[in-house]
Amino acid sequence: MHRPCGLHGWIRWWRFVDETSSEVARHRADPLASAVVQLDDVRKSFNRGTPIETEVLHGIDLVLPRGQFCAVMGPSGSGKSTLLNIVGLLDRPTSGRLCICGEDTTVLDDQALTRLRGLSIGFVFQYHHLISAFTAIENVMMPMLGHAHFPDPQMRERAAALLADVELAPWADTPVTQLSGGQQQRVALARALVMNPALLLADEPTGNLDSRSADAVFALLRRFNREQHMSVLFVTHNALLADRCDRTIRVVDGVIGA
Amino acid sequence: MNITWLPFEWIVAVRFLREGRLQTLFILGAVAIGVGVIVFMSALLAGLQSNFIRRVLSAQAHIQLLPSPEAPRALRRDEASGVQTTLGSIIQAPLQRVRSIDQWQSVAAQIRAMPDVMVVAPVAGGSALAVRGSASRSISIAGIDPVDYFRIVDMSDKIVRGTSRLSSTEILIGTELASDLGLGVGDKLRVSAAGGVAITLSVAGIMDLGNKGANQRVTYIALHSAQSLFGLPGGVTSLEVTVRDVYAAQTIAQRITRLTGVQADSWITSSAQFFAAVSAQTLANRAIRFFVALSVAFGIASVLVVSVVQKSREIGILRAMGISRGQIMRVFLLQGGLLGLGGAVLGCLIGAAALLAWQGYARNPDGTPLFALEFDPVLFATALLLACITGIGAAYAPSLRAARLDPVVAIRG
Repeated sequence: MHRPCGLHGWIRWWRFVDETSSEVARHRADPLASAVVQLDDVRKSFNRGTPIETEVLHGIDLVLPRGQFCAVMGPSGSGKSTLLNIVGLLDRPTSGRLCICGEDTTVLDDQALTRLRGLSIGFVFQYHHLISAFTAIENVMMPMLGHAHFPDPQMRERAAALLADVELAPWADTPVTQLSGGQQQRVALARALVMNPALLLADEPTGNLDSRSADAVFALLRRFNREQHMSVLFVTHNALLADRCDRTIRVVDGVIGA
Repeated sequence: MNITWLPFEWIVAVRFLREGRLQTLFILGAVAIGVGVIVFMSALLAGLQSNFIRRVLSAQAHIQLLPSPEAPRALRRDEASGVQTTLGSIIQAPLQRVRSIDQWQSVAAQIRAMPDVMVVAPVAGGSALAVRGSASRSISIAGIDPVDYFRIVDMSDKIVRGTSRLSSTEILIGTELASDLGLGVGDKLRVSAAGGVAITLSVAGIMDLGNKGANQRVTYIALHSAQSLFGLPGGVTSLEVTVRDVYAAQTIAQRITRLTGVQADSWITSSAQFFAAVSAQTLANRAIRFFVALSVAFGIASVLVVSVVQKSREIGILRAMGISRGQIMRVFLLQGGLLGLGGAVLGCLIGAAALLAWQGYARNPDGTPLFALEFDPVLFATALLLACITGIGAAYAPSLRAARLDPVVAIRG
């Protein structure tokens, strides 16, 4: 890397410093890999090395093929959220192997995991977690902006199209604090889809919504799953919604049941 | 986000600051007051110091070269055996006669060639008796070349009557001496030196040196007249020097001594107490500035720590979206820098306004400003730069904390 020269030189240098350790994940993991998620004997313990060490996941094996809409059910404290955090690369397994789109994540450093997460995985949570300082469209643009560093008109077009898809085009420039709960969750869904991820992780996204809004959000998830051939892990306590998924797995006491 | 030239970190940092409007306004106010105090105090003390120094150094040279004092020498006698013995056991200090600096013309030329030196003026000085009728007063005479010497001691605002131009038969006297001897411009005055030489001079001008003692004793005559009066044909008793940087006078004096072998004393040693007072004032000013800057830094840091706690869920979701730790860190560092810069801009305006108010308020009885205040652009630029650096430095710990937040914990809240 040459010494930076001029504003653009410094910007290139800035990006270089930020991304050097992400070389492994410089490119999105293989988008054509047949299994979007593959877990082999994944275990997760908390408070390791202390007398109160607790193993939450006990050797999870799971394969999520491309385009599958999979519901995850189980009682509270069974390890569903921990499983989702590990699959979402927000947390690391204590042992075992996790591949996302064919990329073995156990060998990646934090920077590389961050980049892979940004490019390949979208998140929708029970609470929308929108950034209150921005409008609806700006929230949707956020992952693209974080990745590209500088805003451009194409980002705005892409975000506007997604907001139109979730029927929020008239509220694009509205601060997110002024939207209803259902609208906020749809903005969060648009934000999760804006990078066109191979995998969408939805942690009880309908849990805080009334049945009508919940149906609307689920219908949108199903639509994007079918149209974009995107895999979805959908944590829910709603058996009716789970029945409408391609597959349902039950997590009980840290293992996947029948 | 219609602005396309701002990078991600700037956009988020500015929005976070804008969102916490009241918090941002309060800390901007705190930074502004701190910077305003620093700017106002620095300009005030700099003005005060330069005024003191100007007043003191406009009446004296920065460096004075004097002939080496005569050293006592014991009387010795060669014995027949060849052994030298001292005749007297008591050594008496010799009388310090009025002597000239050896080879002063070449010494002056050497000093003039130094880049730090502004003016070199020869002086032939000594004591004499001023006599008019039956009245007499002891006076101190400085024989000068007015062209050079009055570039060191500015006479323009000291002459109260007559002129500062000096011919070989003229003298400048102080107001007290003029009053004591009943002299006016054009009057004759007889001056007798200790060696018995006496000359009659006419008063060319009467000056007020701002000190009663000086106005009684100090007089100026032409260099040639003084050389004749004190029996120093072609000689001078001192070389007076001014330099560009008054604070470097001591170093330059030492260099002159090494170069010429003539003893050189700077104003820093000859006015040691005054210099110590100026140094103490500078130190006190620095200490005040340091502690004000420290309080500003703590203010920024505390606001950002609170901001990190308030924004932890948003930080968590940004991390989940693929925003790197480095980007999160830069968002908070920028907030610190922007708070420092914004506060400093306001602080500079407050400081400038306070200085203008001071200039209007602090005046001499005649309506002139008490002393001149300088609006030094370097002071304002330094305040801006240091406030930015302080802001970024203060933001370091909170931004590190934000970057290290575990996204799982942050999202869970």
